[in-house]
Amino acid sequence: MAGITLSAVGKTYAGGVEAVSDVSLTIADGEFIVLVGPSGCGKSTLLRMVAGLEEITEGEVTIGTRVVNRLEPSERDIAMVFQNYALYPHMSVRENMAYGLKNRGTPRAEIEARVAEAARMLELGPYLDRKPRALSGGQRQRVAMGRAIVRQPAAFLFDEPLSNLDAKLRVSMRGEIRKLQRRLGTTSLYVTHDQLEAMTLADRLVVLNGGRIEQVGTPLEVYHAPASTFVASFIGAPAMNLMDAQVAGGRVLLEGVDMGPAALPDGAVTLGLRAEDLSAAPVGLPVTLDYVEELGASRIVHAMAEGQRIAFAHPPEAPLAEHMALRVAPGRLHLFDTLTGKRIGRAARVPEVVA
Amino acid sequence: MWKIKPFDHLILILGTAFLLTPVVLAIMSSTHSAVAIHTGGLFLTPGTEGPATYAKVLTRRGGFTGDVTGLSMMMNSLILGVGFAVGKIVLSMMAAYALVYFRFRFATAIFWAIFATLLLPLEVRIMPSYQVMSDLHLLNTYTGLIVPLLASATGTFYFRQFFKSVPDELLEAARIDGAGPVKFFLDILVPLSRTMMAAIFIIMFVYGWNQYLWPILMTTDEHFFTLMRGIKSILQVWVGSQIPDYNEAFALAVLAMVPPVLVVIVFQRMFIKGLTESDK
Repeated sequence: MAGITLSAVGKTYAGGVEAVSDVSLTIADGEFIVLVGPSGCGKSTLLRMVAGLEEITEGEVTIGTRVVNRLEPSERDIAMVFQNYALYPHMSVRENMAYGLKNRGTPRAEIEARVAEAARMLELGPYLDRKPRALSGGQRQRVAMGRAIVRQPAAFLFDEPLSNLDAKLRVSMRGEIRKLQRRLGTTSLYVTHDQLEAMTLADRLVVLNGGRIEQVGTPLEVYHAPASTFVASFIGAPAMNLMDAQVAGGRVLLEGVDMGPAALPDGAVTLGLRAEDLSAAPVGLPVTLDYVEELGASRIVHAMAEGQRIAFAHPPEAPLAEHMALRVAPGRLHLFDTLTGKRIGRAARVPEVVA
Repeated sequence: MWKIKPFDHLILILGTAFLLTPVVLAIMSSTHSAVAIHTGGLFLTPGTEGPATYAKVLTRRGGFTGDVTGLSMMMNSLILGVGFAVGKIVLSMMAAYALVYFRFRFATAIFWAIFATLLLPLEVRIMPSYQVMSDLHLLNTYTGLIVPLLASATGTFYFRQFFKSVPDELLEAARIDGAGPVKFFLDILVPLSRTMMAAIFIIMFVYGWNQYLWPILMTTDEHFFTLMRGIKSILQVWVGSQIPDYNEAFALAVLAMVPPVLVVIVFQRMFIKGLTESDK
């Protein structure tokens, strides 16, 4: 067990392409960190640099108390779970899990005990003598996790481990990974492009954009106080509405309609509004209906406010009309600098986690 | 699926007949006496001399030294075929491993240089090869027979393509599991390549088995004669005063066909798997 520290880590490829730059992050022992971002944001590269599969060109990575920059992957005391499982096809489940231990010269009895323990934990007992080919996707992924567990590493690294599974299995595996990590208390670094996966798994989220950290925080912090328009549009479904608005006389005006107070000098701002913070009201921002996404428990209504798109949550039993007026819950305005996209002003209230 | 029509069958039957007739002729004719063949031509019906002819061909001592038998020639051919196939597989696997998994300068250029030798048949380099073997005093040895033919562009090419199709994550997982280059090769790549190895083995065994020119050059000692040479020498050396022993030549030819056929039958399933399936 150990924490991981990244200090000013960067990766520049031979051609001069900068995949990751100036990433500093301190991960506490036992913490579950999720790296999230769109494809090409450098999240996998960062993970692979921690794993030792990608050379670190700038900065330092420390696992526990050791700087691991120049260590082979096998010497870093980590275990990795890959997207396509990367199981050895010609080995049985048992051999797959035991291979790493065998290479380290672990005594046979110890290997057997650890494999049995992992198999019990992952309910793989009946499949130990099968080849990966004879397993389903979910089972293969469990074997890959078993291979990581038996090594009892300082940290688990997950590289989009659920992307190859179907939607239903993904949800249940997500729960299993979380439970397993809690039980083992092993520091984990998890890469995904799925913001829902990120929100549900993470102790802390790291949102990456263009190889840089955009925001680090608990899922609720990131959701309720996105640090930039990028984070605002990436985290949460549907994406936060980002509208061009004006500040005048301490009030935020959207298409000339007063949305709420803002302690800012007059001028243009980007106004962020979560769909669930908007509701229909007798008076408010006038919108014209565009189309409706039915989600069963609720519906997301897409509408036009003058020239700007806006989406809002609407209870399925409430009536819809061609022309409606919207009002925003008090204190739920997110204001961003129009030019830099950075958040302006205090963080909105973040709800307490109910334990 | 298309419906199979009678016409398709006709084409297949004709093709099969076209390919099989010479084989049947050889087998049937080998069971007749040399005199019968000399007077009556080839036969499509079995004769009575079969067992005697085959026993004679396999065990009769011939040649100048008088101790070359069909059996010993068959052994030589087998040694050449198997040594050739195994050697080629080992060598080309290692070459492909180096080309695919080690980043060194000009790897692609080296690969294409190897690949270009595909275009050069043995005959082009046969004199220098002979000279080298002669200088190394390897004439009339199994080593001399096998080693100069081992470098194989075809094998290297096949294995290179195969290794390239192995997902990178497997290498990465192995690195995290603490497997070094040698361990990764032996523990992961070799077992994964089994079907590929079988496919190459068939091709190379038959190729080695059928070698004619190189053994003729390399071996002057009759103890190293292969079956392919034997068939030829029956008609020259074993010729009696009157009639060439056609029946014996046919019998030897039939015997020469058996091992490659057996190899193909045994490895057939793996062969098809190796060339078509991508099971990783």
